[in-house]
Amino acid sequence: MKLTIPAFVGRIAFSALAALIGAIFALPLLWFLFAPFNARAELGLALPDPWTLNNFVTVFGNSYAVQALWNSFIQAVGGVILVGAAATLAAYALSRSSIPGKGAVTYILLLFSSVVSGSAAMVPIFLIVSAAGLMDTHLAVILTFAGGLLPTAMFILRDFIDSIPKSYEESAMVAGASPVQAFFDVALPVIRPGIVVVVVWGFVNIWGSFLIPFILLRSDSNMPASVAIYSFYSEAGTPIVTLLAAYSLIYSLPVIVLYLFVSWKFGFRFFGGIKA
Amino acid sequence: MASVEFKNVTKSFGEFKAVADVSFDIGDGEFVCLLGPSGCGKTTSLRMLAGLETPTSGKILIGGEEVTHLHPKDRNIAMVFQDYALYPHMNLADNIAYPLKVRGEPVAQRHGRAKEVADVLKIGHLMDRLPSQISGGQQQRTSLARALVYPAKVYLFDEPLSNLDAKLRLEARGFLNHLQRDMGMTAVYVTHDQAEAMALATRIAVMDQGHIVQFASPIEIYRRPATTFVANFVGNPPMNLVEVEGAQVDGKLVLKAEGLTIAGLAMTDAIGKALTASGKLTLGVRPEHLGIAAAGAVNTITAPLFANENMGPESLVTVDRGDSARVTARIFTDDHLDLSKVVTLGFSAEHVHLFDSAGKRIPALGE
Repeated sequence: MKLTIPAFVGRIAFSALAALIGAIFALPLLWFLFAPFNARAELGLALPDPWTLNNFVTVFGNSYAVQALWNSFIQAVGGVILVGAAATLAAYALSRSSIPGKGAVTYILLLFSSVVSGSAAMVPIFLIVSAAGLMDTHLAVILTFAGGLLPTAMFILRDFIDSIPKSYEESAMVAGASPVQAFFDVALPVIRPGIVVVVVWGFVNIWGSFLIPFILLRSDSNMPASVAIYSFYSEAGTPIVTLLAAYSLIYSLPVIVLYLFVSWKFGFRFFGGIKA
Repeated sequence: MASVEFKNVTKSFGEFKAVADVSFDIGDGEFVCLLGPSGCGKTTSLRMLAGLETPTSGKILIGGEEVTHLHPKDRNIAMVFQDYALYPHMNLADNIAYPLKVRGEPVAQRHGRAKEVADVLKIGHLMDRLPSQISGGQQQRTSLARALVYPAKVYLFDEPLSNLDAKLRLEARGFLNHLQRDMGMTAVYVTHDQAEAMALATRIAVMDQGHIVQFASPIEIYRRPATTFVANFVGNPPMNLVEVEGAQVDGKLVLKAEGLTIAGLAMTDAIGKALTASGKLTLGVRPEHLGIAAAGAVNTITAPLFANENMGPESLVTVDRGDSARVTARIFTDDHLDLSKVVTLGFSAEHVHLFDSAGKRIPALGE
């Protein structure tokens, strides 16, 4: 195709503008990549000179911060297992069975999902967890997140399962499988990409959350990384940029690795919750 | 193999009756087609037989045993689905062997059996492929293999050929016919394609709006359609139906319609009864029983030519009697037909079908 000169100039102007906007968004990320390796990192963007791993050494010397990463891991994995298992079973039932009013149930769930783990419900959650004697435990955080994420997870999965023909399970049952066998042999493997989406989404949510663990946990030894980041602030409240940058990079790695793993293994097929 | 029986089976979805008080028997070794337009209740009937739907009322028996409320897995049936329902995460060997897996057969044995069936269906060389890596025709044969891999009492087919292209469909149809001759299986086969039903069935149940309109052998349905609905559904192209005004004159039935010249027909009691109800009758003649005739001859329909389609071994000649009341003739000639603007189509009296004002067949003399 031959471009006319005005169209050609227009293309160049558009590309330049897009590149500029892209650069603006890329700068913080560049900072995020450079600062951890810079012994004198500040808030300005600068190439490390020399490149050093000293910041990481210091961070790993902070046992509280390292323990916090492990805590984040326990809470995220625990929550994700609970959400993944419960949402799969619940969404399957909502999609396949003929419970009257199941449509209403689904939408009410969706409505509540933003409430449970939201800040509006903080006081009741605090009171419930306190009354249950679960204050300052991983379980408190895991259960709260499971409750908060489950409705949306169910909604996403139900939509996903709705789009899978019933004839898979039907053919299995006609061939002699019980409903349970049909679910595990046929339905579950077919639903798996949907479950993976929910699991990744749940993991990212829990891994990155601050408010709930901050409120439900007391002792330093239980705090997740999102809270532990505050140990890299001086007592006056100013950040120690070098350590903060190094810790942030470590903190973000699991999510990136998870994303890459899933996208390599399953291919990312994100399914929206709303059908056309 | 086993017989199948439906006793007053009704299935309602809310107000809508998908299947209304249907009763029929299928003998051991019979291949029965449920034929009808979409929404006539044929698939619902099949799914009730499979146990995938529960009848609102009535009983279903397989081999003399009541199965109305039995789970599909306990019915010992096999089914081929319209979308094949091949498990996307299993290779062909595992797909075909799945029914044996749930029956607890060891891997080596069930894969051996799967290979045997697959070889018969000419997909034996594809056993380690995934369903997404084979063609539509191969997928269809895989789903067939999965149904044939274990001995079932009844084989159910839910429009298994409708996703194939025309040539493959003919090939698969021939194969199913061969299989039926070979195995003598009891089969219930749902289709909306009358040619498929004619080719495969030992008996056809023509369904309309939840009812069975006619349940008879393909020949019977072709020769003596019970209603105008059946007449219009079976045959390619379907039977020509002409609305006529009937009256008894001098002991003969005289039929009148625009462009129609017909000799008086012998009166029978059945015709007399139909006439007392209403003089509005329907005259039916199959396209293959019409030929080009001389203008003004008896037993003819004359109307302006609408279309003249040469199909190779035959020509379809359609005349338009106005208001889209068209009459088509199948003329068996591989010559080009040179026709004038107005065409006269002739038929012989023995090929005339009569239907009363309610669309029911009036038995011909000697029926």
